[in-house]
Amino acid sequence: MSRVVVVTGVSRHLGSRMARILSRDASIERVIGVDVVPPREDIGGAEFFRADIRNPVISKVLTATGADTVVHMGVISTPVQAGGRSTMKEINVIGSMQLLAACQRVGTITKFVMKSSSTVYGSGPKDPALFTEDTEPRHPPTSGWAKDSVDVEGYVRAFSRRRPDVCVTTLRFANFLGPKAATPMADYFALPVIPTVLGHDARLQFIYEDDGLEVIRLAALGEHPGVFNVAGDDFLMLSQATRQAGKATVPVFEPLMATVGSWVKRAGFADFTADQIRYLTYGRGLDTTRLKEKFGFTPRYTTPEAFAEFLRVRELPYSLPGERLESLERNIAHALGSATKSEAAEQMAGG
Amino acid sequence: MMVDAQIIPFEDDEARNRRRLSSVDATPARDLPQAQPGTPTAGAVAEWLDFLRRRVTGDYTVDEFGYDADLTDHVLLASLRPLYQEWFRVDVRGIENIPSEGGALIVANHSGTVALDSLMTQLAVHDHHSAHRHLRMLGANLVFSTPFLGEVARKAGHTLACNADSDRLLDAGELVAVWPEGFKGVGKKFSERYKLQRFGRGGFIASALKAQVPIIPVSIVGAEETYPMLANFTPLARLFNLPYFPITPTFPLLGPVGMVPLPSKWIIEFGEPIPTDHYPVGSADDALLVFNLADDVRDTIQQSLYRLLTERQSVWR
Repeated sequence: MSRVVVVTGVSRHLGSRMARILSRDASIERVIGVDVVPPREDIGGAEFFRADIRNPVISKVLTATGADTVVHMGVISTPVQAGGRSTMKEINVIGSMQLLAACQRVGTITKFVMKSSSTVYGSGPKDPALFTEDTEPRHPPTSGWAKDSVDVEGYVRAFSRRRPDVCVTTLRFANFLGPKAATPMADYFALPVIPTVLGHDARLQFIYEDDGLEVIRLAALGEHPGVFNVAGDDFLMLSQATRQAGKATVPVFEPLMATVGSWVKRAGFADFTADQIRYLTYGRGLDTTRLKEKFGFTPRYTTPEAFAEFLRVRELPYSLPGERLESLERNIAHALGSATKSEAAEQMAGG
Repeated sequence: MMVDAQIIPFEDDEARNRRRLSSVDATPARDLPQAQPGTPTAGAVAEWLDFLRRRVTGDYTVDEFGYDADLTDHVLLASLRPLYQEWFRVDVRGIENIPSEGGALIVANHSGTVALDSLMTQLAVHDHHSAHRHLRMLGANLVFSTPFLGEVARKAGHTLACNADSDRLLDAGELVAVWPEGFKGVGKKFSERYKLQRFGRGGFIASALKAQVPIIPVSIVGAEETYPMLANFTPLARLFNLPYFPITPTFPLLGPVGMVPLPSKWIIEFGEPIPTDHYPVGSADDALLVFNLADDVRDTIQQSLYRLLTERQSVWR
């Protein structure tokens, strides 16, 4: 079977890496990268088509190339990348609608992979600890990237009803972390001083870039219809993550967080929507059992490992290096004539 | 000897295991307090330094509910121990009714205006049970939306009272505790003391049936007298979005001093487990069975409350 895969959003990091990975795959004949602007990064053996998914030209690209698989990654999670919130919304919602309308018309399409987000679940005090794909959101998102994702998923569901012959895979990702991907949490941890919500500590989950792209690749090559949560195993608390990053934090009284958020946003550092603030207050957990069973894939990086790797590759400056504290602790313990715990364990293992 | 007494709460399981292991090496001197070099004080300091370094660098793990075992063992439970041992002098009975492993559901009466009864039960199970099990409690969403309280509750291993979470915990073989009276129980007036309020919708019974784990009825005596609530000042409750605003003999009359609980004598009795594994699969959907079981549990707790009250010498001793 000849396979022609169209990848949208290739001008940005994740999209171009995805195109590069798919173009290396022997079972795929052609990889077409689509975006409004040319990719800044190498897309390997993939061909680039300049097309705006927000207008009907996209259907001509699909027809002309005889595409059978569409990997939709042309959604943007931060307004800074898009050049403003209204553009971002237009690209996410109108772009996805146009793309789906084109896919509905083009008969050769047999597979559609949607890169969605776990922000569709919202966050709040009434949430269960873990969301399965079927859990009804208790606090549905109202704005920004999260609301866009809810809207887009709705259009994808409608498309799936109208074209039941197409295998539709919707992937709800936890926050991507990686060397380059611009995601809300990556921007957040890059802030010089991190505002947190006073008296709350969020449970965080991350997916490392390599694992996330592997899941998209498996979805594009295999038959996995349905919705899947994608996240690294285990959890980090927000306070724990900032400590591991050695970052100073400023606890902000919850009702003032929106104001602080808008200052940070105006300064151009990071996006702070109401939903982002709720996420930083309550956190969220994803049950990834379905992914592990149906895809037979467990992300190689757990959440703590993904965060450690993110800190390593981004070289975010530490203010409190762990090794120095450990040696300090050892010195004090030696002065008191006692072994530290780790040393005692070593002695145990040695003897 | 005072020094020894101070070390115990700060030790975590790992340290205990290590000591057990090293004391096996050092037989027959089994009861020597320290097999590692240095004095006990230095050992405790090293233990604390290690703990502080882990906290500062974020070198610890939490589970999917946000349960932080390291913090719970070293700080949260240790800080409650004086209240438990010296103030309320908790008398624990029937602790052997809690299985050493596997899931079980603890159902208790709720009282005392401030939910100290749940914290004391957690400590009772952890300190007196041979397996030192951690109680995973199910709380109202108000707990988790309240600043600081919500944060600490999650770190201490508790989660929202919803079917998804209780099923998940019981399936994982955890010891789950519920206070089905909720705010109706904890926020009732002093004149209503030791009268069990209506149990919620029985979701906890359905969870136990689904997981086929035993239900352990628990009766707590003494918590009712900690903050005797004479009246509920509704306008302030409404203003602060609280389920009730208590007026006690000392609060708000004496200000912060009024927040000190009265030193009542407590009894926590863990009753005979009620097995659920003989019901056929799918019984959780049998609404009538769920209601009947909930009534049984409620009756059992109410009867043992009456019995314990007659056994008690006075409120304070």
